[in-house]
Amino acid sequence: MTHFFNVFGIWLGAAFTFAIFSFLYKDNPFYKVAEQIFVGLSAGYWFIYTIFNILIPNLFLPLSTDFAANWIKLIPAFLGVLMLMRLVPNAEWMSRYPIALLIGTTSGLAFLRYLKSDVINQITATMINPFVGNNWVTVVGQILLVVGTITGVIYFYFSKKHEGAFGVSAKIGIYFLMVSFGAAFGYTAMARVSLLIGRLQFLLGDWLGIISP
Amino acid sequence: MKRRIPLTITLIVGLIVICSEFIPHRPFSQISSELEVWFMIISGFAILLGQLNLIKTNVLKIQYKQRNWPYFVITLASFFLMVGTGALWGSQQNAGLLGHGTAISSAIGSKPFDYLFNNVYQNLQATMFSLLAFFIASAAYRAFIARTTESILLLAAAILVMLGNTSLGTLLTGWLPDSLSFLHLPKVSEFIMKYPTTAGQRAIMIGAGLGIIGSSLRIILGIERSYLGGD
Repeated sequence: MTHFFNVFGIWLGAAFTFAIFSFLYKDNPFYKVAEQIFVGLSAGYWFIYTIFNILIPNLFLPLSTDFAANWIKLIPAFLGVLMLMRLVPNAEWMSRYPIALLIGTTSGLAFLRYLKSDVINQITATMINPFVGNNWVTVVGQILLVVGTITGVIYFYFSKKHEGAFGVSAKIGIYFLMVSFGAAFGYTAMARVSLLIGRLQFLLGDWLGIISP
Repeated sequence: MKRRIPLTITLIVGLIVICSEFIPHRPFSQISSELEVWFMIISGFAILLGQLNLIKTNVLKIQYKQRNWPYFVITLASFFLMVGTGALWGSQQNAGLLGHGTAISSAIGSKPFDYLFNNVYQNLQATMFSLLAFFIASAAYRAFIARTTESILLLAAAILVMLGNTSLGTLLTGWLPDSLSFLHLPKVSEFIMKYPTTAGQRAIMIGAGLGIIGSSLRIILGIERSYLGGD
């Protein structure tokens, strides 16, 4: 019985793989069915994930095991229910209270996190002596790193017109940003191609058994 | 009142979170850690709101027999199938309403929720994203026209990074002598990633970081209030 369901699972996977790939020819009912199943399963997965991994351990379990010590968790539970009021047209405004708490917490955390990791830490990491290195490649690289970071930040300063020496610096900054975007594109393309290779390995290995998985 | 109370909540909560970083003592540290749990719980309800909204939207489409409505029946059916299997027999180590479903798990090899996840969801997800490989190639062919210095740099960086990370890159420059080893494509790719790309990323991070800090302050101080919606 288990063997049957293993094989059936592989056939299901292969059928849905072909259904999605059929979109490369043109939009068709097979693709649409697979797409809607993906949306439905994805939403269902996150629903169950939220219940088992967020709400049960943080809310239901503390309340059911030691209510006296955790009664305060009824407040976020109440706010959570208010959040669901967004679905009721006349009571929609009630969802503003939990949203305000979420936005306030997120803003406070974002303020601290980005100040430390994205501003202070990045500036600290750039403040190096670029001329200290084992070989000339490292020295050139470090000079590029310092110049690229400073000119890149200059490019993002829009309160002053980009002209003269400031404009030249901003222009150099754009060049570094373009190299960065190009590298990011290259990595994204490679990641997608590796996923495609994974699908072909599944079809040729797991499904057809032509290659060893 | 409908706007003033939410703005006050945002101000107080935002200030407590910020203060707890600079004053790591009671009561700020305690309130801040409790707020993080509250945040998780309310976020959980927000995710549920998303799922309920999906049901509502699809039911309305089916009710009014909108174009392609049978497909939305499939969406709902697959949603309830996933939720039903998860709720009844649980997932992985979590027990459902009927326990761990030992009998059904031994028959099909895993819990029904995990079976659907592994055999259908994961395959659909991987194929959906792998589809982008074709569209990225097609988009690159149309968009990568080396007209300006900027586009040449972008194109060159993308090609060098891709070549440097494949065996073709090693093959093309493997014959170079040791004195020119810095021109080996894998090393060129590594150099691009380590220095100019890091510089660009850092500039973006610093710029975006300053922007986010400014936006956060505007939200906490109640200057930015678009998240409250109309009226």
